[in-house]
Amino acid sequence: MKKPSYRTATLLVHQGKDRDPATGASVVPIYPASTYHHPGGVSGEYDYSRSGNPSREQVEEAIALLEGGVRGFAYATGMAAVGSALALLKSGDHLIAPEDLYGGSWRYISTVLPQQGIEASFVDTTDLSAIEAAIRPNTRGIFLETPSNPLFKITDLAAVAQLARAKGLLTLLDNTFMTPLLQKPLQLGIDVVIHSGTKFLGGHSDLMAGLITTADVELGKRLKYFQNAFGAVLSPFDCFLLSRGIKTLKLRLEAAQANAQILAERLQQHPAVAQVYYPGLEGFIGRKRHFAQASGAGAILSFELKELSGIKPLLQTVKLPIIAPSLGGVETILTHCWSMSHAAIPAATKRQLGIRETLVRISAGIEDVEDLWEDLAAGLGG
Amino acid sequence: MSQDKPQQALETRILQIGVGRDERTGAISYPIYPSATYRHPAVGESTGFDYTRSGNPTRQILEEGLATLEGGARGLTFGSGMAALTTLFLHFSSGDHVVVSEDLYGGTYRVLDQVFAKFGLSATYVDTSQTAAVAAAITPQTKALLVETPGNPLLGIADLQTLGELCRSRGLLFLVDNTFLTPLLQRPLEFGADVVIHSATKYLGGHSDLCAGVLVAREAALGERLYFLQNSTGAILPPQDCWLLIRSLKTLSLRMERHCATAIKVARWLKSHPKVTAVYYPGLEDHPGHQLSKQQTRGFGGMLSFRVESDELARAVLKKLQLISFAESLGGVESLMTLPAVQTHGDVPPAERERLGICESLLRLSVGIEAVDDIIADLEQALE
Repeated sequence: MKKPSYRTATLLVHQGKDRDPATGASVVPIYPASTYHHPGGVSGEYDYSRSGNPSREQVEEAIALLEGGVRGFAYATGMAAVGSALALLKSGDHLIAPEDLYGGSWRYISTVLPQQGIEASFVDTTDLSAIEAAIRPNTRGIFLETPSNPLFKITDLAAVAQLARAKGLLTLLDNTFMTPLLQKPLQLGIDVVIHSGTKFLGGHSDLMAGLITTADVELGKRLKYFQNAFGAVLSPFDCFLLSRGIKTLKLRLEAAQANAQILAERLQQHPAVAQVYYPGLEGFIGRKRHFAQASGAGAILSFELKELSGIKPLLQTVKLPIIAPSLGGVETILTHCWSMSHAAIPAATKRQLGIRETLVRISAGIEDVEDLWEDLAAGLGG
Repeated sequence: MSQDKPQQALETRILQIGVGRDERTGAISYPIYPSATYRHPAVGESTGFDYTRSGNPTRQILEEGLATLEGGARGLTFGSGMAALTTLFLHFSSGDHVVVSEDLYGGTYRVLDQVFAKFGLSATYVDTSQTAAVAAAITPQTKALLVETPGNPLLGIADLQTLGELCRSRGLLFLVDNTFLTPLLQRPLEFGADVVIHSATKYLGGHSDLCAGVLVAREAALGERLYFLQNSTGAILPPQDCWLLIRSLKTLSLRMERHCATAIKVARWLKSHPKVTAVYYPGLEDHPGHQLSKQQTRGFGGMLSFRVESDELARAVLKKLQLISFAESLGGVESLMTLPAVQTHGDVPPAERERLGICESLLRLSVGIEAVDDIIADLEQALE
């Protein structure tokens, strides 16, 4: 089907190929085949499932369409996507990364990349001069997250992209928190966009997936080469499930975002809460910058309790949220970042970064917000 | 988290179906149990599961969830909507009679007319939006009333309260097909229905990617009888599809809200189009069932039908559609259009179709969740 200028809500439902050309089936088939017949010894469009699979192409095309990229890539997990994107670097290169970063990405950049001869500097990417100061002769890339996880620091994407372009550096951004629905980094000049599809894109806490897209044809070729060579591809069944999740992304994210806004405002008024981190709050540092590059505040927020002694009762009392690492599901997820999502980061480093033991992250779900608040308020006491 | 809490909003309770119920792991998404059979601890002992046709953990979570949504004692799931209906009809005996909505899915008509008639179950079709017509059709052999509301494809509205009272006073089972509205918008058991039927292929599944049927019984005794029939005849929903349906229910409230919000806009737009001669949607103020709908439902749903100037134009529209798929079925996130006289209602005899007004200029639209402007733009170019 040709895609005229459909609006996002329509693109989400119909994605790349929304009908099976052979049967007219309304959903692209799940192709479990590992290999494909070569009639008369001649290869057709597909050779081998790691190299190409019609079910995978559906989600790969979807993420490219949604982000405005030229091609997309699907991987078995978000970390497989991060690792595959960072394979654009080589031994001897240097990478700049944010100091406030998802623990898994931090672990990969600080422990795996050095083994490959790639050094990294962690800087406050909200400060352009800090980035500039960290650039070395061998710097090849800047890795970004905005809003950052879990402290919601906002990096000016257009400014960093401009700086990177001037210095000949590659920019890579993890857009998991926002999704292309709220933030389209390729349009701001970012080279490579990465997603943990496990989160909002999948949306049901029932699959693991990673996605990458780029607007640069040459980078696309290199990413394709590495995807095929390394082979951390997403399975056909999970491609189907991810594509299915994307169909309701707008409904889910808008509902979850509305809930997050209400929870953030009420938490801010709560006597047990010291601070709330959420770009949707008036007066939040970085709010103006965030809304200059994104169309919504998203569905995730963090808050700091005044007393460390309040954490245990909170985690023991709340009944509705799932207490777990991960985010972006239809169910509200509450994360104690210190011991869960950021457990991979040493305690001293966490303290230095401002990730305290009193910090709690909430990924708002789509439940009735009054049910959520009653539960949360009971957990906070008072 | 593990047990249903009636004080919570239905929207919240749907999301809790299966969540954390796997005790070993606390998994958020309930596991798929493909196992056909289960090891017995000892002779005469059971884990509660013996054989998957009789019971399966994944299906049980789904069936309990569906019972909760409809407010019934027992939920049962089947391989398709027709499998659910067929199992329900097996409850009756030779010589029994049922009164059925005349504005109804063609497949239901077909199974009654061409399968169950041979077993001695007879049916009379009436306009169930007229309670008097229903009462007049009751005979001493009548055992049940089967109603679809809104009707298909003309969206007629049956009065659930009055029909429930009629069934109670005449000792009839009151069976309501709730496929078009789902329990979020209409809960027939609250009006005295005994059994609610769903083709879960439609809104409950919602993504046009599974086939499933549901029965929910208000009373435990009837639920047990229907379970007996489910287990005896075996048209169960497989574990993988049970899991996919649980997943689907998580976004049901969001999807239904959007279907309703978009359908009213599309209905109003169609109504103002010069080549459209009639629009059937209960949300329109001049629809004969509008007031009644407001009383017994929380929304008008995402289904509408409309008539165009000529049969030729209807065919031309189907040919020119680009975004909307010309396909049978309904209730998916993607918009679907069908020609009921030929497709969904092709098995209804021509004379009967003519009498009901299901002619070849009538189109049925299942309004999806795409951007409303894109849906209208597609209709506009197709009607040109």
